[in-house]
Amino acid sequence: MARTLINVPPKAKRGQIIEIKTLISHVMETGYRRNETGAAIPRDIINLFVCTYNGTEIFRADLHQAIAANPFITFFTVATESGTLEFRWTDDNGKVETASAKITVE
Amino acid sequence: MTDESPSPVTRRAVLAGAAGVAAFATLVVRHAEATPEMMKAAIHRLIGEQPVRKGKVTLDIPPLVENGNTIAMSIAVDSPMTETNYVKAIHVFNEKNPQPDIISVHLSPRAGKAAFSTRIRLADSQNVVAIAELSDGSLWSDTVEVIVTIAACLEYN
Repeated sequence: MARTLINVPPKAKRGQIIEIKTLISHVMETGYRRNETGAAIPRDIINLFVCTYNGTEIFRADLHQAIAANPFITFFTVATESGTLEFRWTDDNGKVETASAKITVE
Repeated sequence: MTDESPSPVTRRAVLAGAAGVAAFATLVVRHAEATPEMMKAAIHRLIGEQPVRKGKVTLDIPPLVENGNTIAMSIAVDSPMTETNYVKAIHVFNEKNPQPDIISVHLSPRAGKAAFSTRIRLADSQNVVAIAELSDGSLWSDTVEVIVTIAACLEYN
């Protein structure tokens, strides 16, 4: 399925603000294009992206057709404790893609 | 009795029909594009009627882009991001894509910094508006006019 690419610093100091970069391969089909026979290509976009840090939601984004193909999203969080960041993308067909990254906080 | 020459009435009817089709086509094309009014309606739907002030938000997007299919966009909001004073959400809208919404981001004090970036599509040269919703309920915005030379959404496979 879709390929994902996550960039989370492996180590951080407690209280430090870290940047998280995420990328997922997805066509983000708008539903406004037509194929060579003139038939409309059905809409298929990732409409929800959620990031949790040890189970607590720290970032959520509702995406629309105006987000470019292969959605790339970067955001920030405070490194509070060692643990796992989980990433979850949901598309129009209900397909869910997940990824995770570990972080050590000193 | 039959009239064998093409009658002028028929010709007029054909022309009228053609004009009608042209008018309909224009209507359809216009319909596929959001308008500043649609953007206002989308903003209203998400944040209600409260007044939106200019400031605090920095919408960073190139003013001139060649390819509307991928445009880097960063948004930062001036906020201490503490438990009592933080940015709850950032919404981004456009005027002329088929749909006025671009993205809505939901944050908590755990973000540390009220900022994010992504890549967007724009179908035409237009204004892009970012609105930040703060924890005290106030709304702040920034608007950038973007000129697009190759539009997104219109290409065929």
